[in-house]
Amino acid sequence: MSADINNLEQIASQVRRDIVRMVHACQSGHPGGSLGCTDYFVALYFHAMKHDPSFNMDGHGEDLFFLSNGHISPVFYSTLARAGYFPVEELSTFRKINSRLQGHPTTHEHLPGIRVASGSLGQGLSVAIGAAQAKKLNNDNSLVYVLMGDGELQEGQVWEAAMYAPHNKMDNIIAAVDYNNAQIDGSTHEVLSLGDLRAKWEAFGWDVMEVEQGNDMSSVINGLQEAKNRTGKGKPIVILLHTEMGNGVDFMMGTHKWHGVAPNDEQLESALNQLPQTLGDY
Amino acid sequence: MKKYTYTESKDTRSGFGAGLLEAGRQNENVVALCADLIGSLKMNDFIKEFPERFFQIGIAEANMMGIAAGLTIGGKIPFTGTFANFSTGRVYDQIRQSIAYSGKNVKICASHAGLTLGEDGATHQILEDIGLMKMLPGMTVINPCDYNQTKAATLALVNHEGPAYLRFGRPVVPNFTPADQTFEIGKAILLNEGTDVTIVATGHLVWEAIQAGEELERLGISAEIINIHTIKPLDEQAILNSAKKTGCIVTAEEHNRLGGLGDSVAQVLAQHFPTPQEFVAVDDSFGESGKPAQLMEKYGLNAASIVEAARKAITRK
Repeated sequence: MSADINNLEQIASQVRRDIVRMVHACQSGHPGGSLGCTDYFVALYFHAMKHDPSFNMDGHGEDLFFLSNGHISPVFYSTLARAGYFPVEELSTFRKINSRLQGHPTTHEHLPGIRVASGSLGQGLSVAIGAAQAKKLNNDNSLVYVLMGDGELQEGQVWEAAMYAPHNKMDNIIAAVDYNNAQIDGSTHEVLSLGDLRAKWEAFGWDVMEVEQGNDMSSVINGLQEAKNRTGKGKPIVILLHTEMGNGVDFMMGTHKWHGVAPNDEQLESALNQLPQTLGDY
Repeated sequence: MKKYTYTESKDTRSGFGAGLLEAGRQNENVVALCADLIGSLKMNDFIKEFPERFFQIGIAEANMMGIAAGLTIGGKIPFTGTFANFSTGRVYDQIRQSIAYSGKNVKICASHAGLTLGEDGATHQILEDIGLMKMLPGMTVINPCDYNQTKAATLALVNHEGPAYLRFGRPVVPNFTPADQTFEIGKAILLNEGTDVTIVATGHLVWEAIQAGEELERLGISAEIINIHTIKPLDEQAILNSAKKTGCIVTAEEHNRLGGLGDSVAQVLAQHFPTPQEFVAVDDSFGESGKPAQLMEKYGLNAASIVEAARKAITRK
């Protein structure tokens, strides 16, 4: 294990602590998907992306990230705070009155790091494509990342965008699908089967990659590096990121039941006992 | 009373097309998007001159709104073009979240609004779009009355920071406002002074209001006529000043009575200066196929309807 991977894993442990503490403190929010995507977020913001925490909306010369499945805001907020976009103490205001950390991310409260509101599903890929088009017009060769949920792919707008990007050779986009097979009402197989996702994206003209171990930091880092290597070749890239909802907290793993449920005091203690405090709690 | 004349009739959508081309020349950040209706939206000239700044989205309006929102993040000023129905009702949530709530500088440009779309019928004749758009916090809503004013409004939007809805139509209508006008967003235009009744009109109904004013004059009634091209933000002072002078008011619009200009005016009057008001608007119904003039007559949206409403309003003083 390289020193860098070890360092990223330490950060991920702290982000997971932040997630369960934030959700516990307001007794609402979405811990399951947040925990499952923690390794991806940490890999992006602490390794893969070229970005500036002093934050300006245009992001010229920077890589941009859009969160389409806005309900996993806890992992987004913790990652941004830990990356220096705003004070980590502010995480304690999550979902509370007069906070910049709304239940779902928004530009409305001017929280640094957020470039569009999300929460109503299916919209992020379109926004990312627009931002990527602007980068091409501006001769800015940095990249645009976007994360979607797998359940979110049931929204029709995603496939409008999926059709548009290859037609227009949007090869500066790296999309990712949080492929955890779970949504609110059950598994995606039970609710509305996604079918052969790889074949679907390929049929739409995307360069499809899979990261089989989306909760293994080395795998995620390598996957993102491979995706970057594939940019600029005429096709948009999508990573099917196989993750586990609730990853890192034993009683939240392997079930959809922690999609949008907060832990009680006892469960919080149990969760925190599994997650070393590495950067100091907020 | 001032007489208004015109030398040509033109469609307001062509005013948008001409304005967009000029906007593109004035500001290199202006970009345009269309959902498979280039000809209908009169975007050809812009595309010819600025092919790299035009995005053909295909029949995917939701995606178009999202892409427009994303383009603003790179400093672009996107103008989206499709029919009013597909610009609003079809994509309400995309506009609400990705554009309005996100505070994005997108100009939603909507043609074929209202009954005057004609033969295509009610599926395409949206009469609820002003209401939908004005309810969104921060959204500017503009409905110009003729070719020249639509062109001027399009240009004004380039320098206006924030989301905006620009509504125009399909048919040729008298082009009577000055070609060299400066369009002031949110500023009503007093077309004729009068003392007996105020007529506040928007869009295609402005010309009808002028015609109605002439007929009322023949009947010995002095009508004050105001062109409200901006429904939000509404020029409340202009409305109140006139209502105080005439004591009754008629609103006229090519829109459902619920949610349109009339509602906005009524709210201002109820709060500050309760005044008898009559509504020339579609009475909470869908439209149907037919010639534009036939439809405007059947649904009570012409000069004759305004005259009748004005006489009724005066009796209620």
